[in-house]
Amino acid sequence: MNTKKNAHSKDENRNSLSADMADAGAIAVKVDDLTVAYNYKPVLWDIDLEIPEGVLMAIVGPNGAGKSTLIKAILGILKPIAGSVTIYGKPYHKQRSHVAYVPQKGSVDWDFPTVALDVVMMGTYGSLGWIKRPGVKEKKAALEALEKVGMLPFKDRQISQLSGGQQQRIFLARALVQDASIYFMDEPFQGVDATTEIAIINILKELRKAGKTVVVVHHDLQTVPEYFDWVTFLNVKKIATGPVKDIFNDDNLTKTYGINYKVSVQK
Amino acid sequence: MNLQEYFSLVFSDYTLRTITLGTAILGAVTGMLGSFAVLRKQSLLGDAISHAALPGIALAFLITGAKDTNTLLIGALVSGLIGTFWIRGIVTKTHLKSDTALGLILSLFFGFGMLLLTFIQKQPNANQAGLDKYLFGQAATLVESDVWLMAIITGICLLVMLLFWKEFKLLLFDPDYTKTLGFNTKFIDVLITSFIVLAIVLGLQTVGVVLMSAMLLAPAAAARQWTNSLGKMVFLASIFGAFSGVFGTAISASQDNLSTGPVIVIVASVFVVFSFVFSPGRGLLFRQIRFIKNRRDLEFQKTLAFMYHIAETHEDISHPHTIKILNNFQGFTRKTLQKLVDKNYVTLDGTMWSLTEEGFETAANLYNQNIKKHE
Repeated sequence: MNTKKNAHSKDENRNSLSADMADAGAIAVKVDDLTVAYNYKPVLWDIDLEIPEGVLMAIVGPNGAGKSTLIKAILGILKPIAGSVTIYGKPYHKQRSHVAYVPQKGSVDWDFPTVALDVVMMGTYGSLGWIKRPGVKEKKAALEALEKVGMLPFKDRQISQLSGGQQQRIFLARALVQDASIYFMDEPFQGVDATTEIAIINILKELRKAGKTVVVVHHDLQTVPEYFDWVTFLNVKKIATGPVKDIFNDDNLTKTYGINYKVSVQK
Repeated sequence: MNLQEYFSLVFSDYTLRTITLGTAILGAVTGMLGSFAVLRKQSLLGDAISHAALPGIALAFLITGAKDTNTLLIGALVSGLIGTFWIRGIVTKTHLKSDTALGLILSLFFGFGMLLLTFIQKQPNANQAGLDKYLFGQAATLVESDVWLMAIITGICLLVMLLFWKEFKLLLFDPDYTKTLGFNTKFIDVLITSFIVLAIVLGLQTVGVVLMSAMLLAPAAAARQWTNSLGKMVFLASIFGAFSGVFGTAISASQDNLSTGPVIVIVASVFVVFSFVFSPGRGLLFRQIRFIKNRRDLEFQKTLAFMYHIAETHEDISHPHTIKILNNFQGFTRKTLQKLVDKNYVTLDGTMWSLTEEGFETAANLYNQNIKKHE
């Protein structure tokens, strides 16, 4: 629907894949009839969603609305009951190299015995494949990513000795190393200070400028119009999706947060 | 035999050499794999697996009627694997948490195993005696072929670990992310778990069902205290495990009638306690020392700052004040005052104190620094 608007955001440097898909109208991610349930209770119900290429999109909704679940289902971490997901027209498992993921910071144990550089290097593991070890090239890429997020001085720091904001930057750097076309981020602004938040959003905006698609689970409604150009309202069902300037209004906010807000304390 | 005799005999005496080598290799492989179990928060998995192996030993005996170690251990391996994959199944398919699943399988299999053991003991078969040695292990029954088997499996384990090191590390740290990168996490998981089962089964003869999990956890827990690198942790855990095996065997051989398995476990626990207290980064002792030092520094600074505020109100900064005035200030002690005198920040004259030029300047800077920090 809004694909034409984003057609301009292509750059020459893009991989061959998006060139193939140019005719298809540059839909980066397409979700069809997706339904996910934990223990019979639907967490996502019949979601249809098209994410155009080159947008910086926020997924907003109350707690338990299924925002993280949507990302996890798109990335194949969770198995949906029904529905399908395609990335540039093909199933996810064929498009892995074009997708990067930033999980919630709290999803891992930061007391794990490793240093910051090592975590960032993990971003190269996917392209390396089985058994092959990271080499000089991978290390260089990891150092560059650390530089980008301003964490180079901390590269040899044990990860438990980093602050919450620094840990988030490490996760971001790990995704940057993947050098993907589409980035999925699960609450990258959670528990970070104002400085880190600005640093992160600047990186996200740079990614968009380079023609990448960035999808972010976001909690702070205040900053949506400032940070993002695209938004999806989600509360188990999809409420609305589109450009922020068109659909970010009280009507959709009430539909998403209104009556259901109090009953949705489920974790 | 005393310890000295043991160490002079260990290279020449066949039995001692076999047992020592066996327990050392066992300690190394369990320490290595135990690191993975501990980091995956599956510390209790080892306990469940070893207990789950018991009915396998009893059934293998009932079916074959032979007491051959390898046959019994294959039985143990099979029932250990069944128990492990039931645990996995319970966790993935039901609402139950993994600790519940572990406890359930542990007691179910162990209960069934004990039942079979008592049943076997009532059989009129002369061969039946001695199966209960698998409860607490008996290192003295180790023969050269057992040690070879341990060495070969440890070798394979080491090879697989080196080969899949990157994948293991990734899965241990962030399983979801591992999945998105396209690695088959189930395969890696099954690989790690199967090796843990294998290592535990290998140790049943020596350490026994009941104490086996300590072999897995203790070296790893101790090693974690000394390093922040996964590679070093795994290496250290193997070393600690191997040393526990050797020292445990040495102590049990030099003190008659001490059963080897428990002694090995106690030696491993000594490593743990020592590491918890004395490791420089995470140890309790150094943490306490750092805490006390920080508190002293802070008290010292606060006292100096308090004096500075009083001295500030006078034209002559070295105007003497009574010591009693300092009692209004919480955190003031005689010791800190003495320290201030030692550092030449303060001079004492009877019951009066006065700030020196040096002390005043230091305090002024201290104050400015704190102001800056708050801004």
